[in-house]
Amino acid sequence: MPEQLPLDPQLPVAELTGAQSLIRSLEAVGVEVVFGLPGGAILPAYDPLMDSPHVRHVLVRHEQGAGHAAEGYAVATGKVGVCMATSGPGATNLVTPIADANMDSVPMVAITGQVGAKAIGTDAFQEADIAGITTPITKHNYLVTDPADIPRTIAEAFHLAATGRPGPVLVDIAKSALQATTSFEWPTSVDLPGYRPVTRPHGKQVKEAARLIAAAHRPVLYVGGGVIKADASPELVALADLTGIPAVTTLMARGAIPDSHPSNLGMPGMHGTVAAVAALQKSDLLITLGARFDDRVTGDLPSFAPHAKVIHADIDPAEIGKNRSVDVPIVGDAKLVLAELTAAVAAEFEANGRADLTAWTDLTSSWRDTYPLGYTEPDDGTLAPQHVIARIGAIAGPEAVYVSGVGQHQMWSAQFVKYENPRTWLNSGGLGTMGYAVPAAMGAKVGKPDTVVWAIDGDGCFQMTNQELATCTLNGIPVKVAIINNSSLGMVRQWQTLFYSERYSNTDLNSGDHHGAHATPIPDFVKLAEAYGCVGLRCERPEDVDATIEKAMAINDVPVVVDFRVHRDAMVWPMVEAGVSNDAIQYARGLSPEWDREADSDGVSTDDPSHVQVIS
Amino acid sequence: MSRHTLSVLVENRPGVLMRITSLFARRNFNIHSLTVGPTERGEISRMTIVVDVETQPLEQVTKQLNKLINVLKIVELEDDASVQRELMLVKVRADAAARGEVLDTVQLFRAHVVDVAPDAVTVEATGSPDKLAALLRVLEPFGIRELVQSGSVALSRGGRAISDRALRSA
Repeated sequence: MPEQLPLDPQLPVAELTGAQSLIRSLEAVGVEVVFGLPGGAILPAYDPLMDSPHVRHVLVRHEQGAGHAAEGYAVATGKVGVCMATSGPGATNLVTPIADANMDSVPMVAITGQVGAKAIGTDAFQEADIAGITTPITKHNYLVTDPADIPRTIAEAFHLAATGRPGPVLVDIAKSALQATTSFEWPTSVDLPGYRPVTRPHGKQVKEAARLIAAAHRPVLYVGGGVIKADASPELVALADLTGIPAVTTLMARGAIPDSHPSNLGMPGMHGTVAAVAALQKSDLLITLGARFDDRVTGDLPSFAPHAKVIHADIDPAEIGKNRSVDVPIVGDAKLVLAELTAAVAAEFEANGRADLTAWTDLTSSWRDTYPLGYTEPDDGTLAPQHVIARIGAIAGPEAVYVSGVGQHQMWSAQFVKYENPRTWLNSGGLGTMGYAVPAAMGAKVGKPDTVVWAIDGDGCFQMTNQELATCTLNGIPVKVAIINNSSLGMVRQWQTLFYSERYSNTDLNSGDHHGAHATPIPDFVKLAEAYGCVGLRCERPEDVDATIEKAMAINDVPVVVDFRVHRDAMVWPMVEAGVSNDAIQYARGLSPEWDREADSDGVSTDDPSHVQVIS
Repeated sequence: MSRHTLSVLVENRPGVLMRITSLFARRNFNIHSLTVGPTERGEISRMTIVVDVETQPLEQVTKQLNKLINVLKIVELEDDASVQRELMLVKVRADAAARGEVLDTVQLFRAHVVDVAPDAVTVEATGSPDKLAALLRVLEPFGIRELVQSGSVALSRGGRAISDRALRSA
């Protein structure tokens, strides 16, 4: 008979096993779901887990799936995602999602079993030094050998994962600690003397930033994922509304400010919009909010936004000045920074007026109108991948959650789905992990069961983690998967087209219409979907796209997989080639905007104070 | 490249040294010397890290070191505002004929002989890196059998302590 749990999971218990202490700790911290897969060393924890009335366990088919599911759950809900695995290979299979969560600042706690304390260091069966392995890719990690340490360690792990700059924390627990008898006492507070993240910005810095903002002629809000992590979208919109300053939203920040907002110029960077890239390049002031000057945004660093002063607000002081020198550093939580900054800017406008931005916003709007995102419909009647993705976005709407893998389909999903809400766009931005989409969508759907969740995946990515469709079917997690099937590793192929003389070395996947050596596509994604108990659909003609998406939208009891057979030669544009200046952006192959002439014509000098016109 | 001395207060826990050194190793920076030992508080250890690196990347590494949960405080100690000492044990050939001269040198450098054998003496010396280098230059002609040297330990000059709030963190 399972022991009846007291109502309050935080009540002390005099005698219990380490495993029971672990599950009670997870209950005490409020965990509602764990994605995992048991094995020898973690086995003791799975026994009390079976009886927990609070913690649901979702049994994955591969530990990598558990990690990405925890990430998807975390990004979609804002809560800490939890994954669990056994020692050795179970733990090493979590390495990729842990690294992914570290790069994208995703709050996650990974719990792994370790061999018995006496066997650690003896090359025991399924032993791996997972704490050592994950040290460079976690915010922090723990090796627990004393069962008395379990509650405090779990409390600290969740605190670290969720606060400050969020990130993954690994807790490796020796099997002997799980089996031993201990007592349970939930700590009343977390005591980490070396961890005191600064959340409230320095008032002087905020004031200085407000002064620069009021005086700038070509300011840009450079918005990063930190704004979404801090749930600071309302505050960001308030600042944009107050100032009318154009905003660019990075790959990690899509949805932070609605795409329909007049300030929003879209995504900057290697595959950003011309307007977003140009606005950064021509800016005289970057108001950087929870962004980190990633190389995919800046291109060639010395020529990035060469005339701009920089305000850089981030919760992580190590980000400030890392890639770009900063004029006004602000350490703090984006929500607090934005609230205080907006108030300070309003006060500055009131007291000293502001520069007239009309010439600048006219210019950025003209870029947006002149160089909209576009693509060429294939003339052979095959599907344009961009069209498929745009239609999914239009039909599923801005309340749905979109999760992508990595590659061309990811960029098109960032470009052609219109995001109106934060936490509706999930992808692997920093690490670029192929295979992220299906398990992350699964996690997002678990966290938001009443929301439509579309995984927009590539045929290459899908084949890395599609086994989690079994998990989805068996656990009632009806995600929708659109495979943008161009029968190749599309982004790599695009680079081979552009930079390797169309020599397509090892990018043909033979999975769609453009199959190579093998006579039929391998695998048949529709049959594969059906084998997993999903509904499998295929769409090959433009006229069937809407009906197919609507059919998928109508199925809500099981997962749906749609094999969209798309044109293979479609490329992602605009593009800034790796390592060159953003000024060399091409909006289509060989075509660059003539923006120098336009920029000169607006005639605004950033240094001349006589151009500051007071409006009051 | 320039030489920098970091003084780091850390929690006295397993794995902390690895977390710190891996941030240098990641960038392929060589640590010139590293010393760890207890402090006036048992739960806190102090490291003195001497590293050859340009100022700008060091600043970034320092910020990343500060992010480590077990790191409590980092201060960069400038040469002229700090006292730095190293410990050296050196085994010098010293037969009966040479012994007098070796002992004179030891005395001159305010070092000590800590072990004597018929054909050698072991000298213990502490001092700044420059002083120890000078001692070695003088002892070298006698024949150095073996030597071992600690990393630097360093404290800032003046009355304040690293744990004082007033001392600016690196």
